[in-house]
Amino acid sequence: MLSIKGLHAKVEEKDILKGLDIEINPGEVHAIMGPNGSGKSTLGNVLAGRPGYEATAGSVVFKGQDLLELDTEERAREGIFLAFQYPVEIPGVSNMEFLKVSVDAKRKHAGLPELSAVEFMKLARETSKRVDLDASFLKRGVNEGFSGGEKKRNEIMQMMLLEPDLCILDETDSGLDIDALQVVADGVNSMRDGKRSFIVVTHYQRLLDYIVPDYVHVLAGGRIVKSGNKDLALELEAKGYGWLENGEG
Amino acid sequence: MSDFQQQALTLAAEQRSPEWLAELRARGADVWSAAAWPTRKTEQWKYTPLLALQNDNPARWPSTDSCAWQQAIDPIELDATRLVFVNGHFCPEHSSELPAGVVRFAEADAGQRELIARHLGTVIDTSRHLFGALSDAWTADGILLHVPRGQVLDKPVYILNVATPEAQPAASNQRVLVVLEDNSQAELIEHYVSGSEQQNLFVNSHTEVIVGNNAQIQHYRINLEQEDLLHVGGVHVDLHRDARFLGFTLAQGSRLKRIDYHVNHRGEGAHLGLNGVYLPRNKQLIDYHTNVEHRVPHCTTDEVFRGIIGDSAKAVFNGRIHIHPHAQKTLAELSNRNLLTSPTAEINTKPELEIYADDVRCAHGATIAQLDETSVFYLQSRGVTRAEAVRMLSFGFINELLNQVPEQAIQDYLRPRLTALFGQQGGELGQMSYD
Repeated sequence: MLSIKGLHAKVEEKDILKGLDIEINPGEVHAIMGPNGSGKSTLGNVLAGRPGYEATAGSVVFKGQDLLELDTEERAREGIFLAFQYPVEIPGVSNMEFLKVSVDAKRKHAGLPELSAVEFMKLARETSKRVDLDASFLKRGVNEGFSGGEKKRNEIMQMMLLEPDLCILDETDSGLDIDALQVVADGVNSMRDGKRSFIVVTHYQRLLDYIVPDYVHVLAGGRIVKSGNKDLALELEAKGYGWLENGEG
Repeated sequence: MSDFQQQALTLAAEQRSPEWLAELRARGADVWSAAAWPTRKTEQWKYTPLLALQNDNPARWPSTDSCAWQQAIDPIELDATRLVFVNGHFCPEHSSELPAGVVRFAEADAGQRELIARHLGTVIDTSRHLFGALSDAWTADGILLHVPRGQVLDKPVYILNVATPEAQPAASNQRVLVVLEDNSQAELIEHYVSGSEQQNLFVNSHTEVIVGNNAQIQHYRINLEQEDLLHVGGVHVDLHRDARFLGFTLAQGSRLKRIDYHVNHRGEGAHLGLNGVYLPRNKQLIDYHTNVEHRVPHCTTDEVFRGIIGDSAKAVFNGRIHIHPHAQKTLAELSNRNLLTSPTAEINTKPELEIYADDVRCAHGATIAQLDETSVFYLQSRGVTRAEAVRMLSFGFINELLNQVPEQAIQDYLRPRLTALFGQQGGELGQMSYD
């Protein structure tokens, strides 16, 4: 699904990723943990193609294609989805319109016809129920005046509608109370179908009680310094990151 | 005196009827001819040169046979009393039966004439509004909207001003007088529209609105005009005790378009709510000047203007709020935000607060920005192309104000037209109900 080899990336002239390797097969859930400033969010943004996040060396192959050669929107259409750490508020653009344009773009790319407004509204309403968002959120501006939890649920709703092959959750759990976390995790788990892969970037082990990963990687100093199974997350919770960073140095 | 001032006086002299407005015309002509012609040094016209008007120097009134309906002009679909003017000429065949209280000056009865004579020209401050004086000098016809005490007009009044091409530069005059007596209520839509051909027209349009105690008007002024058309106009309002003026205005088109809103808070508890949108493109120039005079305590003003300026177009926004010494407990807010979508687009914005009372709350702000790149990325990361993202965000910037327009028919009219302006497909979802 995704093969990252020796990836270096810089943000605003600052080297953040310094030789990152990761291999993700279909259906796997990989958690990426690490201290602040280790490059966790940079990884998601580089994969999604955010301007200003520049890969300087290494390779990223996604479904057999050179991902770094694709434009931002092409990556999305090919099946990359980044759930934002801080979803953007866009007043004046209705959530419904935004979702329909996105879904139509993806469908068109896949050679499918666009959905009619009626078909789409039905689908959007059903999906909003799955993340426990009232349908009234669909006609509001994109994330406009949404609470932190509502924004994150809106991200998950977009993910459900776009049905990506690789979902990158960038600290989706930050700032959520336990109920909202449960809703988000249920949403993600409902999309685990044995084929779709996930990169779950988080600062807190707590999320991994709800979304159980196949692999846990520790990112420090722009590289993966340790990988393991879900027990690694518990070890990190108990011991912190210090022992790994020291071992690195 | 400039050539155009001279020319305009010649045109004024041709306006001979009705006789009972001769005094207003003479007064206007006096102010007009005595006024200094604006130059770059005139603060009120600093960024809006009148060169196009001087160059065209319209020497005639529009031809009277221009009353042909154009297929290209589609009106707002609205259950309203409709009055259609083509190049300033009234077209009864396209207009509704007029209810009591709506009358053309030319057909006013004795009582209505007395009302018009008493109020017409009293709201416009011609010492500040040169083209208001020109309107006085040129007024032969016009519309009176009069709502007696305690009455609510059952339908909106919709004045559709259509421009059609003239062979040579011509001048057209529009005048509206609204008198709302105490506790009355009305809705007025002034819609200026033209086809896409060259128009050769200069429009001078002024509306005076007197809102009595506790009365309310919902007012719209929509200007969707062809590029070459020249338009100078004003909406002049007197608000009495607890009166409310709720306005929405939108402007597009014209090499020279200048619209003034001049609002006087004359009675305590009065409220002004005004939202505006300007969308100049190509080489258009759109200038909104608003001036709100808080003369008495406890009045409120809430004013929001947004503009998207593209290509080599230019916009001017000058929002003045003047709080007089006795106008304590005033609440006034003014916001102006601008989006430049091209490196050669220009905006000159100036919020102006003049506060002479010490117990007031006022806020103002003006911003000029390019599109937010994080928002563009957010949309792109969902598969939307950059071009489409830019269109969605531009439209969204003004759609916020469009969503607040209370008259649904106007939203339904504007949304697809503005969407088309931004080159976006659809607008389909925007018009559907989500229930």
